[in-house]
Amino acid sequence: MIPVLLILIPLLTGLATFFIRNEKAIRSFILVVSIVVLVISLVGIIFFRDTRLMEHHSAFMTVLGSSLSLRLDGMGQLLCLLTAIAFVLIFLSSWDSLFRYKKANNFFALMMLSQAGLMGVFLAMDALLFYFFWELALIPVYFLCSQWGGERRIAVTFKFFIYTFVGSLLMLIGILYVAGHNPDQSFSIDSFYKAKLSFKEQSWLFWLFFIAFAIKMPVFPFHTWQPDTYEQSPTPVTMILSGVMVKMGLLGVIRWLLPLFPAAANNWATLISTLCIVGIIYASLIAMRQDDLKRLIAYSSIAHIGLMCLAVFAHNTIGLQGVMLQMFNHGINIIGLWILVEMIEKRFGTRKMSELGGLAQKNPSMAIFFVLIALGNIALPLTNAFIGEFMMFNGIFSSNVYDGNYTIFGTIRLNANSFATVYTICAGLGIILAAVYTLNMIRKVFYGETVTAIAGAKDIRRYERLALLMIVIMILGIGIYPQAVLNITNDVTDSILKISDLVKDLKK
Amino acid sequence: MNVLIISAILGVIMLFSGVLLKQAPFLRFIAVVGMAGLFIINILEISSISFFKINTAGMLGFDRFALLFNAVVLFSTLVYFILSARDMEKVGAHYGEYFALIFFIICGVVLVVSFKSLLILFLGIEIISIPLYILTGSDKKNLKSNEASLKYFLMGAFSTGLMLMGIALIYGATGTFNSVDMKFAADKPALLTVAGMLLLLFSMAFKVSAAPFHFWTPDVYDGAPTVFTSFMATIVKAAIFIGFIRLFDEAFGSFNKQWQTWIAVITVATLFIGNITAVFQQSVKRMLAYSSIAQAGFMLLAIYAMNSDAKEGILLYSAAYCLATIGIFAVLAKMSDYSFEGFNGMAKQQPMIALLITIFFLSLAGIPLTAGFLAKFYMLKAALSSGSLWVVIFAVLMAAVSVWYYFRVIQAMYFKEGQATVQVSAFFKWTLAVVAAAVILLGLFPNLLLYWYYF
Repeated sequence: MIPVLLILIPLLTGLATFFIRNEKAIRSFILVVSIVVLVISLVGIIFFRDTRLMEHHSAFMTVLGSSLSLRLDGMGQLLCLLTAIAFVLIFLSSWDSLFRYKKANNFFALMMLSQAGLMGVFLAMDALLFYFFWELALIPVYFLCSQWGGERRIAVTFKFFIYTFVGSLLMLIGILYVAGHNPDQSFSIDSFYKAKLSFKEQSWLFWLFFIAFAIKMPVFPFHTWQPDTYEQSPTPVTMILSGVMVKMGLLGVIRWLLPLFPAAANNWATLISTLCIVGIIYASLIAMRQDDLKRLIAYSSIAHIGLMCLAVFAHNTIGLQGVMLQMFNHGINIIGLWILVEMIEKRFGTRKMSELGGLAQKNPSMAIFFVLIALGNIALPLTNAFIGEFMMFNGIFSSNVYDGNYTIFGTIRLNANSFATVYTICAGLGIILAAVYTLNMIRKVFYGETVTAIAGAKDIRRYERLALLMIVIMILGIGIYPQAVLNITNDVTDSILKISDLVKDLKK
Repeated sequence: MNVLIISAILGVIMLFSGVLLKQAPFLRFIAVVGMAGLFIINILEISSISFFKINTAGMLGFDRFALLFNAVVLFSTLVYFILSARDMEKVGAHYGEYFALIFFIICGVVLVVSFKSLLILFLGIEIISIPLYILTGSDKKNLKSNEASLKYFLMGAFSTGLMLMGIALIYGATGTFNSVDMKFAADKPALLTVAGMLLLLFSMAFKVSAAPFHFWTPDVYDGAPTVFTSFMATIVKAAIFIGFIRLFDEAFGSFNKQWQTWIAVITVATLFIGNITAVFQQSVKRMLAYSSIAQAGFMLLAIYAMNSDAKEGILLYSAAYCLATIGIFAVLAKMSDYSFEGFNGMAKQQPMIALLITIFFLSLAGIPLTAGFLAKFYMLKAALSSGSLWVVIFAVLMAAVSVWYYFRVIQAMYFKEGQATVQVSAFFKWTLAVVAAAVILLGLFPNLLLYWYYF
């Protein structure tokens, strides 16, 4: 029941909104709907024991062996909650600026459609359905970015679209193959888990799926679409892209990749972890050199996602739990940062750090919020990201999936344990670099000499304050009591690890 | 059988009404009603109500597959008549004859999709081709149309020669024209058989414009009047595909290992040339010509795989491809500027038309929830279960390339400034909307079509 509502409400609202002409009415209507969705997703978390509420099965495309099966498991609950919160935050924070978008009804309608698509991805328990929603979430975003984005929007968004489309088509081949090679010849996730695939099959199927997910996350070297797209998209869409959409990739890896191809995941873990590490360091270094706030945050996001991907492949409970928590945290934190960047751009007409300075004097409350959220971004203790990153580091450090014995320079010998240590150290370096560029950004934008351009600037408005306050409360709340979130995902983590452990021995 | 006879009669009727009645609306009315009647008759035949019982000595076989494909063809032609019949009037003075020729082509289509004897296949393909040569050159004052017609005729005649030669060789090897009675040694077929099979393969590849036999396609499709390009590129092409699949399934199915590699090479070449060349086109009409080559590449996957999924899939593919392409061409025929820039800003001027064209292009590109996605889905599924993974991966990459040129039109309509507009009636708009709805419905409920295949 609840899964259906979570998809249907945004979907129908979106379709209806195309036909609403009164712009003022749309704004309130959409906000109310997104709050309703939020309430439903909260209900889903509270009544998680009632399986009747949490599942839905009905016939759909039976001729292909697919069905409309949705289930709200722990990870789904968390990510649906994140999606619902994200949309409320987006609409609240841009309450006053939404009329800058021409044809506001189309803008809102496409936003709601993308929400429906995202919810579907998080809830689908059928591979073909998953694929449908995977694409459906993309199409509205494509139109949003191309229509309302920055100067270079058409080319940049198109690159993004082609990139993800290639990935998802490769995944489609993988889905078709697994569907043809499981005992039921069906697309349902349970049959997929039962598929008996040899190690060789797993190895190449793994890449068909992983490339799709890696492009979406994005993991180095599949990230080249990301900074441009984040920069050129209208900020509400950037929030969706970075706050929620990247989680589609992570969810794909956790729900579809690890349990389906555990032996291959184990086998490729070292390679992928190395890519993640390269991505973390590389993105952090580039972020340090950025002048545009949006690009800086985009690169910092690549680094954060890289860390999460690294922890997923560490393949142990604490690492995976850390990822679950961090998926939520990263979404909240980065949306907070985007809100502030959007405010700065709106007030001063620029996002360049070189043209900004001394904002704290005129905008004290903006500065406070910015510092708090930025501290969350660099994972200071008592913020939410600290818990998540701590758990992920713990997971990476104690992981035993990395393999190979290498000798470097004839003296240094690397074995499985030293790999884990090296990865942890490198990832830690990423955190230090994150602190460098984030604090640098705060210093340049909010302190130092006051730039004349900001003389007449107003401080935060009411709705923006509300949105930022919600974010700060969540940052601190989860930072102090993370168990509330961890309890939600506990069962899922265990079951995924169990499923993938069962088949892991195939490798030997 | 019913459709075959009645469409021939209708062709003759149209021919005479073209002479006797001079009013265009009246001719149009007869044609649309006639086509609707044919569609109904075909549905009746699917439900095993038929008017004629003629002994064809096993040369024709009206099985489910053929009848269902006839239904797709007749429905598409009906839609085509409703959308584009007015534009035919602009081509030349012989309005009635155009309809007559199309009805004759339908006869040929019926023969090609239900042949059991190679002679009938040959006859069908000729009955399709000759009216097409005329239709291509029907814009008599236009040099490009003349050139296209001549080119098409010369090349077509040559490929027909190849086909006859192939049939003769196969007859020499087996002693029969009947495709179901042919006996071949599966592991090591005779040289005569292989030579005949290859000649047939090449001539069929020519007719469906598969690479490297595609060179006529862009020029002919570009030169022909746009209304007739629409018909040639969709219904005729799909029909010949059905003949192609039937020929290789029923006649040569027993030694498929011998030709599968050939088909794979042709498929890969067609996909590559169609998609890559389409990227560089400046005119939407020419782009659609190359896109039809690219789509043929995808349909060839069905012949490559040749299993039950492939047969179901080709039905769905024909329906998806015909409906979407006819829809796009119907709008294109009403426009004056065929370049990509000609579509700039259409979303502002004609929001509904722009939306419908977008749906058609999304379907051609294979985006989920459209019929085009399921069509591609079936092709990939079929090829994956009895073919090589690399061919499938290549096809998928080429499908991604196709997004490049299809989306250029969408970008022009929605995100670029311009004054593109078309003069369309409200009736045209709603018919187009019904076609778009059909594309989406087929994408959601393929059973609407495939149900008939089984029951």
